[in-house]
Amino acid sequence: MRTLCVFAAGLLFAMGLGVSGMTDANKVIGFLNVAGTWDPSLAFVMVGAIAVHMATYRLIIKRTKPVFSDQFLLPTVTKINPRLVGGAALFGAGWGLGGFCPGPGVVSSTGFGEAALAFTVSMLMGMLLFHAVDPARTVAGSSS
Amino acid sequence: MMSDIINATIGGAMIGLAASMLLFFHGRIAGISGIVGGLLQRPGKDTAWQAVFVAGLLTGGVILTLVAPATIAEPSTRTVGAVAIAGLLVGVGVRMGRGCTSGHGVCGLSRLSKRSLVATISFMATGFATATIIQLFLGGTV
Repeated sequence: MRTLCVFAAGLLFAMGLGVSGMTDANKVIGFLNVAGTWDPSLAFVMVGAIAVHMATYRLIIKRTKPVFSDQFLLPTVTKINPRLVGGAALFGAGWGLGGFCPGPGVVSSTGFGEAALAFTVSMLMGMLLFHAVDPARTVAGSSS
Repeated sequence: MMSDIINATIGGAMIGLAASMLLFFHGRIAGISGIVGGLLQRPGKDTAWQAVFVAGLLTGGVILTLVAPATIAEPSTRTVGAVAIAGLLVGVGVRMGRGCTSGHGVCGLSRLSKRSLVATISFMATGFATATIIQLFLGGTV
């Protein structure tokens, strides 16, 4: 049952990316490029997502535990440091260059398009590269 | 434009709901970079659910490809070389900064995390700057 619910969450996440326009890398570039014919519509993805998640998040964490596991595992790190800012900056540069962030990259790769595949394969290589360079930070398992 | 805004809002709401489902049922944050990156590490207690979540993502992608292929843009206006470099930057960046648009942007901001707010401002700033600079100085083609 847990497996089914986690699978359904992933499926809904992907469908949401598709419906919203986030899997269309050209549209994402049209959002991030304000010097062309700017298309601000993708800002509403964040509006819709945060509206729903913020409201439900508050209700969910009032529970003593999740339905199918022992505890809520939320990020506990609060440090704002150069790695956070620098890492996010690198990510943003790649996002503006290619038009893909991780979720849309993975989802779009199933269409076997050249760009989506190239992005996703090199993203996985970039992740592995970082794990190899900085193993100390990658033993903790999942994070945000 | 209006229909784009409606689609973006509905799709966003679906993403927010999916993140809430993962939290409600399994108590985890729906950060795609953490989930995908986790699968590239030594297998552990998170491996199974992470693999199932990614299977859900991929199944969603297949459904989109079959039902609404136009939602998955192809061909890209960027060259394959540029997209490959973009992938490397994203892969290194999201692991270094511990999150992406979903983990920091959607989940972190919803939790009112200052750390996620700082990360989101950072990747939004360089995202807008990069795409805009490519337009202004390279005519939008790389």
